[in-house]
Amino acid sequence: MKFGVVVFPGSNCDADVIHVCKEVMQCETRVLWHKDTHLQDLTTEDCIMIPGGFSYGDYLRCGAIARFSPIMEKVIEHANKGGYVFGICNGFQVLCESHLLPGALLANNHQRFICQNQYLLPQTNNTALTQQLDLTTPLNIPIAHGEGRYFADADTLKMLKQNDQILFKYCDASGNITEAANPNGSIENIAGICNVNRNVFGMMPHPERCAESVLGNADGKKLFESLLNLVYG
Amino acid sequence: MSIKVHQPAVNEETAKSLGLLSEEYEKIQQILGRIPTFTELSVYAVMWSEHCSYKNSIKYLKKLPRKGKALLVEAGEENAGLVDIGDGWACAFKIESHNHPSAVEPFQGAATGVGGISRDIFTMGARPIASLNSLRFGNLDNKRTQHLLKGVVKGISHYGNCFGVPTVAGEVYFDDCYQVNPLVNAMSVGIVKVGETISATSEGVGNPIYIVGASTGKDGIHGATFASEDLGEDAEDKIPSVQVGDPFTEKLLLEATLEVIKTGAVVGMQDMGAAGITCSTNEMSAKGEHGMKIWLDKVPTRQKNMQPFEILLSESQERMLIVVQKGKEKEVEAVFEKWDLHCAIIGEVTEGNLVQYYMNDELVAEVPADTLVLGGGAPVYDRSYKQPSYHSKRDNFNINTISLPNNYIEITKQLIQNPNIASKRFIYKQYDSMVGINNASTNKPSDATVIRLKESNKGLVVTVDCNSRYVHADAYKGGAIAVSEAARNIVCTGAKPVAITNCLNFGNPYDEEVYWNFVHALKGMGDACLKFDTPVTGGNVSFYNQSPNRAVNPTPTIGMLGLIDNVDDAMTLPFKKEGDIIYLIGTCRNDISSSEYLVHHHKVELSPAPHFDLEEEATIQNAVTNLIQNKLIASAHDISEGGLFIAVLESAMAGNLGFEINTNPEIRKDAYLFGEGQSRVIVSVDANKQTHFEQFILKNNIPYSLIGIVKGNDVVVDNERYDSLVNYKELYDTAIEKYFV
Repeated sequence: MKFGVVVFPGSNCDADVIHVCKEVMQCETRVLWHKDTHLQDLTTEDCIMIPGGFSYGDYLRCGAIARFSPIMEKVIEHANKGGYVFGICNGFQVLCESHLLPGALLANNHQRFICQNQYLLPQTNNTALTQQLDLTTPLNIPIAHGEGRYFADADTLKMLKQNDQILFKYCDASGNITEAANPNGSIENIAGICNVNRNVFGMMPHPERCAESVLGNADGKKLFESLLNLVYG
Repeated sequence: MSIKVHQPAVNEETAKSLGLLSEEYEKIQQILGRIPTFTELSVYAVMWSEHCSYKNSIKYLKKLPRKGKALLVEAGEENAGLVDIGDGWACAFKIESHNHPSAVEPFQGAATGVGGISRDIFTMGARPIASLNSLRFGNLDNKRTQHLLKGVVKGISHYGNCFGVPTVAGEVYFDDCYQVNPLVNAMSVGIVKVGETISATSEGVGNPIYIVGASTGKDGIHGATFASEDLGEDAEDKIPSVQVGDPFTEKLLLEATLEVIKTGAVVGMQDMGAAGITCSTNEMSAKGEHGMKIWLDKVPTRQKNMQPFEILLSESQERMLIVVQKGKEKEVEAVFEKWDLHCAIIGEVTEGNLVQYYMNDELVAEVPADTLVLGGGAPVYDRSYKQPSYHSKRDNFNINTISLPNNYIEITKQLIQNPNIASKRFIYKQYDSMVGINNASTNKPSDATVIRLKESNKGLVVTVDCNSRYVHADAYKGGAIAVSEAARNIVCTGAKPVAITNCLNFGNPYDEEVYWNFVHALKGMGDACLKFDTPVTGGNVSFYNQSPNRAVNPTPTIGMLGLIDNVDDAMTLPFKKEGDIIYLIGTCRNDISSSEYLVHHHKVELSPAPHFDLEEEATIQNAVTNLIQNKLIASAHDISEGGLFIAVLESAMAGNLGFEINTNPEIRKDAYLFGEGQSRVIVSVDANKQTHFEQFILKNNIPYSLIGIVKGNDVVVDNERYDSLVNYKELYDTAIEKYFV
């Protein structure tokens, strides 16, 4: 699997994602500029990463302008053909705005930006991103966002559950999914989801920020290993 | 469309209204040999303002130690200091104040503070990788303080998070002396390959001069002059002097700037901060010993009909001035087009030293660049000073008049909720501290923050420190303590202190007592810098932090850079496991001077600085370095505000492990637990290494005492259970937060 990392003006986690894909996971990695109208040599076997940051300054609404960029047309095509797309933080917002993922991300319930280590409990093994994760062990993966409150209406939520589309929920250190462990007011503590076809993933927490032991936490690497279907442990 | 240039008549009154002294107006006429035009007068007023010229501080700044083998540029030579960090890399770092703007418009004031200092770093070609800040406010019970704190934190968060550089460390103090004048000091740290830096210079006759980035508006006009006077009752009227920041444009400007440097077409570059186009054109010209012809009508503006002086003095953010090699215009323009940023030729380099400003072919100002800048014609003053009268009251303090408390548990709980000691999580959680994936302290906290360098195993270790109460009590000792505490934090992290940047926040320099503190604080800083071999690489002076009632405490904030060879070897502050033995490295004394305990419990505002001796400090730091290198300790945490008890408690809370400690009958119990005598570090030692540790300590003649053990889930002092650690942690975590949530 190769990676393609989209760079919008205002993306600021692009270099971090590139570092993890290329240097930590040792995968071939392409950089996709927002004005590009092609995906270079990437195929549906590959994964396109939409990194975090403040694309287009997050003016208007987070991710709202990025969806109209030339590269997103190609990313949507790639997703519709079954290729992997993985949006982190602002990337998740872009994917929701692009309707590749259902629901929306609203301002945190406390109206403040929040950056902290955060426990998540994986909810399903039925996606490439989560196939190797232990559903009983919380992962410690940091969040950093002002608008990360996942919201979906009742019908959408029902569909998400029926189709097993919920990937991660916020929890405490022991894995309890409680209101106290919910850092932003997300509905049902939802931290990440996938689409019905299970090839498009979005999550607010940043796995690329905890993928190296030198940083004292490598939980995020497990997601990349799962995606690459690496056998380990 | 051409505008009618408006040049009001000029006389001494005009000069005064722009903040110039009569003698300075005289000097301008001598330099020019005529009466200046209004535009010229505006240029001199802003360039000779305290903020740009350092006219009342430079004499003493030059006495600070500014040389060291690792320094690649000397203080004041470029926009920031530059230190060789090995492996072909250099670190550019600097701290700067944005106090006055933050006092009237906290959100934009603080936001543009972050933007400005970041530009100082990337204008040199370095990529910023970490931000720090030092914030000081009045009493937290005060509504205005809460408003200012909320705004300042939101401003830093808004700008820094979007710009994409992590805010990795800082300090926040509350003291009545900052009630009217809060202090907002922002520091940026960047890295660049040695030899790939860009200088703020201009040369090559005929080379085009570009303005790039944001367009120029009417914001921030006279900002530098505003920062060079006391905050009066009309301060709110100065809101138009505050700049407005756009972190998104700054992020684009960063990427475009670093990319344009790679083309090899850049001769020189300087960001536009204080005094905008005026400052950048004159400083670059003076440095490169050339002149410039600038066509102000070519500057992209936000508003129509801007007057020449407005364009010249605008402090609109996110702009750079770039001198480009003639013939390479296309390469440069392509980069800015890629990033969708303005890029306009506004002038060219000329022979001589004259900088000429034109508006529609009309010459509106003509000034010799060297007469405007620091080190050139800018005035230099030697202010008089006298010992502060409050010193006699300070010297009357006698510890024996302070009664011992009855209830120590109550005091520990007061201290842990004292906003100067309590957790700052409400603040730092609003900052993205992890973007860039280099912050190695997120999961392994230390007294200073470790930034790993992806290019090697090495790490930068950074901290900001200043206890201004100590400086107020004793300027010399307090200045020395600020540097020493910064060095101690770096040493407790297992790193070697390398160099400092400083932000010197003081009151009105024409007040002789304020100036006495300034002179003596710098002397103390300088002596400590020599001791730790940490030269001053630059920084910023902020005078006039003064309201009608009082000056702020003298506050020389120290930003220190350290280096660690291997990030994995960093020492951390949490206790590691039950059974580890807790030691004090250093000496306890009957000293409660200037402690949080004395001020807040006994309401004694004025007392001497706590015990401090530079030789003793160096001995202790050396000892801690050796203990870490010999892998004899499991944690290290320096003793600062709140004293020994708080230091032990902080290591316990960080490790989620309780402790039992015993006081020393030869020392007053309150002094033992809460005294803030300097040069002390709390370490914990694995029981299996105890013998080895003690042998090493005795062999090296290091002052120490065994004070307790890591144990259970409670806080126990002299066999008395104070409370559970969890309860302490809850009070500690929520004390500041509860004002806002």
